[in-house]
Amino acid sequence: MNLFNWFSRGSAPIARERLQILLAHERNERDHPDLLGVLREEILALISRHISFDPDKVQIKMDRGKSVSTLAVDIEIPNSFGAPAEVSQQRRPRAKRLRTDGARAMNQRLA
Amino acid sequence: MKDKKSARVVVVTSGKGGVGKTTSTAALGAALAHLGDKVVVIDFDVGLRNLDLVMGAERRVVFDLINVIHGVAKLPQALIRDKRLENLHLLPASQTRDKDALSEEGVAKVIAELRSKFDWIICDSPAGIERGATLAMRYADAAVIVTNPEVSSVRDSDRIIGLLDSKTEKAERGECVDKQLLITRYHPWRAARGEMLAIDDVLEILSIPLLGIIPESEEVLRASNMGSPVTLNSPASPPARAYFDAARRLKGETIPMHIPSESRGIFNKLFGRKAA
Repeated sequence: MNLFNWFSRGSAPIARERLQILLAHERNERDHPDLLGVLREEILALISRHISFDPDKVQIKMDRGKSVSTLAVDIEIPNSFGAPAEVSQQRRPRAKRLRTDGARAMNQRLA
Repeated sequence: MKDKKSARVVVVTSGKGGVGKTTSTAALGAALAHLGDKVVVIDFDVGLRNLDLVMGAERRVVFDLINVIHGVAKLPQALIRDKRLENLHLLPASQTRDKDALSEEGVAKVIAELRSKFDWIICDSPAGIERGATLAMRYADAAVIVTNPEVSSVRDSDRIIGLLDSKTEKAERGECVDKQLLITRYHPWRAARGEMLAIDDVLEILSIPLLGIIPESEEVLRASNMGSPVTLNSPASPPARAYFDAARRLKGETIPMHIPSESRGIFNKLFGRKAA
């Protein structure tokens, strides 16, 4: 450690953080290919049991962050179906914890 | 050596190119042979073979892996015995441009035949995740994942770990390929200054045990210039010692991990930012 370190930690911490976020995403993708597609189908099936809507007017989005990700589902419901006007748009965010420690066992660490 | 052997098959792999797979295959193979084991190193980089060159056997290649698979040559005819170590052998790749020349059955047959004759079969994987790379890892008992402390190399290693856990014969049998990380081209002063991913960062991200840390060194380049594995060319140099430690760990010995540290003069320490 010298004085330079004290003022600037260098770019390695940024590299580490970027990798952690990216790899959590890629591992998830690897373990559950087309997770969003499956979620979309199941969520739409559930909602369509209670409300009719146009399947084309549905948006599903997942935003991945370092420790928490959000799943946003936007479904446009026509007012003619008796739903109150102010609930014409439903938004259901759902948080999903990302795996940062990995399913693989952490074995050997430097002393 | 009358008793029938049963080799351990190790794949040296990385995903990314240029991280030191071939150098590490040669260095680890020579180190294991020097320690008394009977070793064969196989080049799986069909079309771009280089293990022969790094080991100084480029002018002795007559037959290659593809010739053996196609029945053009018998396995003993294609094996090249190292001139320095009699228990070190090389099975070169061919320079053919036909990327389908390697067949799964052919590779299985060659590996099966080698298993009874050697203690170690070390497979030098080509870069990428195509056929050559997946066939190099296909029959592995263990994998050495070569990684530079750098974002693209770490990402590709993670991808390769995923393949080792799904596309190998062991994985398909429900078993697990023994995976170990070999960090190469490590610059201690860059890591100390936070300019390069630290060993702990890489281990935390990839979550596999550490086999060794090879410091960046001109000795590695010198050895490949000479056509000699660094563990034979300059056995006392820091990278060679790190490879010897890694080879002993592969053999199951417990060797304390030595983290390369700064060994620069006071001038470089003061003005290191410019020099590095």
